[in-house]
Amino acid sequence: MAEINSKIPEGPVAEKWTNYKAHQKLVNPANKRKLDIIVVGTGLAGASAASTLAEMGFNILNFCIQDSPRRAHSIAAQGGINAAKNYQNDGDSVYRLFYDTVKGGDYRAREANVYRLAEVSANIIDQCVAQGVPFAREYGGLLANRSFGGAQVSRTFYAKGQTGQQLLLGAYSSLNRQIKAGKVKSFNRYEMHDIVMIDGRARGIIAKNLVTGKFERFAAHAVVLATGGYGNTYFLSTNAMGCNCSAAIAAFRKGAYMANPSYVQIHPTCIPVHGDKQSKLTLMSESLRNDGRIWVPKNIEDAKKLQRGEIKGSDIPEEDRDYYLERRYPAFGNLVPRDVASRAAKERCDHGFGVNNTGLAVFLDFSEAINRLGIDVVRQRYGNLFDMYEEITDVNPGQFAKEINGVKYYNPMMIFPAIHYTMGGLWVDYELQTSVKGLFAIGECNFSDHGANRLGASALMQGLADGYFVLPYTIQNYLSDQITVPRFDPNSKEFMDAQAKCEKEQEALIKIKGKRSVDSIHKELGHIMWEYVGMGRTKESLETALKKLKELRQEFEKNLFVPGTVEEGMNVELDKAFHLRDFIIMGELIARDALSRNESCGGHFREEYQTEEGEAKRDDENYFYVGCWNYQGNDEKEPELIKEPLTYEAIKVQTRNYKS
Amino acid sequence: MATDNTMKVNLKVWRQADSKAKGEFKLYENVETTPDTSFLETLDILNETLVEKGEEPIVFDHDCREGICGMCSLFINGHPHGPAQGATTCQLYMRRFKDGETITVEPWRSAAFPVIKDLMVNRNAFDQIQQAGGYVSFNCGGAQDANAIPISKVDADEAMDSATCIGCGACVAACKNGSAMLFVSAKVSQFALLPQGRVEAVKRVKSMVAKMDELGFGNCTNTRACEAECPKCISISNIARMNREFICAKFKD
Amino acid sequence: MWLIDSSIGRKVIMSVTGLFLVLFLIFHMSMNVVAIFSSETYNDICNFLGANWYALAGTMVLAAGVVLHIVFAFLLSYRNYKARPIGYSTQKNQKEVEGASQNMLVLGIIVLMGLCMHLIHFWAKMQLQEIIGATPDYEGQFTNGAELIRITFSNPYVCLAYIGWFIAIWFHLTHGIWSAFQSTGLNNKVWFPRLKMCANIFSTIIVLGFTAVVIAGYIHS
Repeated sequence: MAEINSKIPEGPVAEKWTNYKAHQKLVNPANKRKLDIIVVGTGLAGASAASTLAEMGFNILNFCIQDSPRRAHSIAAQGGINAAKNYQNDGDSVYRLFYDTVKGGDYRAREANVYRLAEVSANIIDQCVAQGVPFAREYGGLLANRSFGGAQVSRTFYAKGQTGQQLLLGAYSSLNRQIKAGKVKSFNRYEMHDIVMIDGRARGIIAKNLVTGKFERFAAHAVVLATGGYGNTYFLSTNAMGCNCSAAIAAFRKGAYMANPSYVQIHPTCIPVHGDKQSKLTLMSESLRNDGRIWVPKNIEDAKKLQRGEIKGSDIPEEDRDYYLERRYPAFGNLVPRDVASRAAKERCDHGFGVNNTGLAVFLDFSEAINRLGIDVVRQRYGNLFDMYEEITDVNPGQFAKEINGVKYYNPMMIFPAIHYTMGGLWVDYELQTSVKGLFAIGECNFSDHGANRLGASALMQGLADGYFVLPYTIQNYLSDQITVPRFDPNSKEFMDAQAKCEKEQEALIKIKGKRSVDSIHKELGHIMWEYVGMGRTKESLETALKKLKELRQEFEKNLFVPGTVEEGMNVELDKAFHLRDFIIMGELIARDALSRNESCGGHFREEYQTEEGEAKRDDENYFYVGCWNYQGNDEKEPELIKEPLTYEAIKVQTRNYKS
Repeated sequence: MATDNTMKVNLKVWRQADSKAKGEFKLYENVETTPDTSFLETLDILNETLVEKGEEPIVFDHDCREGICGMCSLFINGHPHGPAQGATTCQLYMRRFKDGETITVEPWRSAAFPVIKDLMVNRNAFDQIQQAGGYVSFNCGGAQDANAIPISKVDADEAMDSATCIGCGACVAACKNGSAMLFVSAKVSQFALLPQGRVEAVKRVKSMVAKMDELGFGNCTNTRACEAECPKCISISNIARMNREFICAKFKD
Repeated sequence: MWLIDSSIGRKVIMSVTGLFLVLFLIFHMSMNVVAIFSSETYNDICNFLGANWYALAGTMVLAAGVVLHIVFAFLLSYRNYKARPIGYSTQKNQKEVEGASQNMLVLGIIVLMGLCMHLIHFWAKMQLQEIIGATPDYEGQFTNGAELIRITFSNPYVCLAYIGWFIAIWFHLTHGIWSAFQSTGLNNKVWFPRLKMCANIFSTIIVLGFTAVVIAGYIHS
């Protein structure tokens, strides 16, 4: 069995990062110029890492699949970014952010990493403001904050409903500065296909130029993956159409462990699915839960009428509404963490209280907020989200609908949970290095900080923490003894072989010439995943999933149809097929990990393991570990499970409680 | 809300094999969709049928499909991002069109945005303009406390309005002169309004405008087509601000 | 030189020359309106200006302004044409986009043609005569300006041509005036509607003034 060394520094949790930085090895400026680093991805983590490493003096090769680094999907994050600044004087501190994150993650995160994250969170805000990120401000000119799910303090910084966009554009501007300075070479519309290993270390990548369709070889001293999560395994998710896990799977095939793949976050506030032609789900920011109240009818008859379209949500008066989150979790109410809110919605819908024609939706209602604050204030806060909702569904949530017994009711939104974020990912040690030497993973791509569930506004925090403040230090500890290693020749045998392998795989996909389009198989994959590996999982469902996934993989290998020939330039279908191949592997990993984890925690809910009240029931005795999956040389063979035990020193492990 | 209505539309789409090929319109008749389906999903449906027939699917840029990444870029029925105002192509739903309507779909047309394939264009020029000066020159790690410099809410909000630009290029596509002034001025404005950006304001506006001119964008003739078609409703007051910044910068030389 | 080789600089030249021409129009219109009320006073003004050095200098500057405005208009238009070598098969405008703003070059050419007609009708018979040293033919003056107005506008087709010309000028000005402020950076969200309103008012006054003279000329002929 392979060894796991998470390289957590000695000392009390609050001093670990300081100690690490004080004693780590560094690379001097003259030597930095001799070292090349490949950064794959230009989201918050990728762009911030590439620009910061370039500022330090390293030579960076930066890749993105979109037409510009600014398009990475971090741009779509709406709500905000957490930081332990305590600007609101409400008792926030590094420890509290650390504690909330560990608790929010259902005690499945690595303590030392989370503490470091909370520690550098404040620096991120300083950094972004200095870059010119226009965060929301108070009239006095100081930064404004809002509250978010899973926290009792206001620590979330935001820029309208476009925080991710503004943070990414900030990182992109730093990246641009380095591109102009010649320290970063930017490769747009390039997709990484494989990692090149020389003497057991990652030394380069094979990337496909998506415009010409040709493979190209790139060498460097280290490779950093910042390629995001694997949510699109479920076909329908809030991820962008281009989001994929092929880079992570390429690393997995090279021996990088895949950690906790079953921890998938289902976001409670998405616009419900409306038809089988749908290509993606749209998220409505979690910030809506600050003023919106979530409910379903109290009486099943009302729900049935709603499902048949005989009445509307605004026809149901206050006393017949069941604000089930406020009822079940009085202390946090509508602001419970995402996994809790999602499961509660599923629970109501499973009992037949769903409110749309498919029975898979709940209401998010602003009547109370509008009556309290006035429509203008509410529109100022959420106007862009209301407009977006109206554009998609043709219903305006700010519109007055009906007055019953003197109470004014407005059109409620309909929402339903959808796949949003993946807490699992490539296993990394404290230095963010995967189990492959010289291969690093940052941002959503790694598993590190969120445990089994991520709190709102923490993804932006983690991506930027990794890229601006953690990796630029820790990678030097690895590179310090690489300064004498000369640059690698991208025409060497290792590179040529790797390219030949990529070309062969590509050719194989085109030559299947079966009957089914990529999307039709992907939709089937999504269906299997949502049905059997979704919000509520059982041993049986997971076993069924694994069986079906195996069949699906055979279907893919035998019956896929990709138009065109190998020689032609751009081939979008071929690129999608390449992603799908790896989504299927990922799907199997998710199901396998979920099956091995006989407990419920965070985003992983096994119906066999729940309390009488329907809450997740953890098993700390047997599952207090990170589940790492190690590739066994081919896709058919079941990967080996390696466990990294979790040890908590600063926090007492408890049952998560959002009730009181 | 979800309806079972189906509708049929005809799509007249620009097809072009690669950047050098001569393109032409191709008409695809009776594409079945529903009013609740998005325009891009309708293109997906058409592509699916093309693939089934063994034909090459239509290539178009798209990614987030929630109106923020700026990747989608179609010129639909005479308007960039389609007839709806304040929305990107991916936020355009079929209920905007009539059953049986023929919808014309073209790529962005600008010398600075050459067509790569079908409806996909190369917007690298925008990146180059940003690289010319769209940043604050400081290294990570040296920042002071975020609340050390108070910024008036009015300025911060206005900077935010400018910063909402998604860099899609609709302004260039809409402008009869193929001018990129709205895009460039939004970035210049964002930084000009904030104390962090003021330090380099003079240098920034000169280098960004020079790059814009060099890349072959046209001149602004204040037609306001950019503002009217901008999916993020960026105001031409940004252009006025950039003109002011630029003229002042040049007089300082 | 940034005024010539940057896009914004060229627009500044367009704006400054344009605003200068607007000032001239206001002056010209005020002078013409006098003719409606008193032929003598009008002729006195004409005589006062005549071909004196200041009038000639003014004419030169004015001509330079016109030439610059026209040269840069074509220069900018050429660059704009090059920026979009392939057009759209269909392009529609949102309601905010005014026709005038989209057709400034066409309007400008119409204005220019009208200007030629106008110069032939009046300037060639007045100031030019004095410059080339022709003999004064009217009470010691070169031309009876007021009479010339009446003679010229006795022809209804000429009147119609002038009114058509004024309409083109009106459209050109409604866009041009606020646009000049925008291009020189003297605009923002608050001032935009004000500037537009001012532009509309100014263009209307100027054009109404000129039209009144034409109509008065026709009626009195």
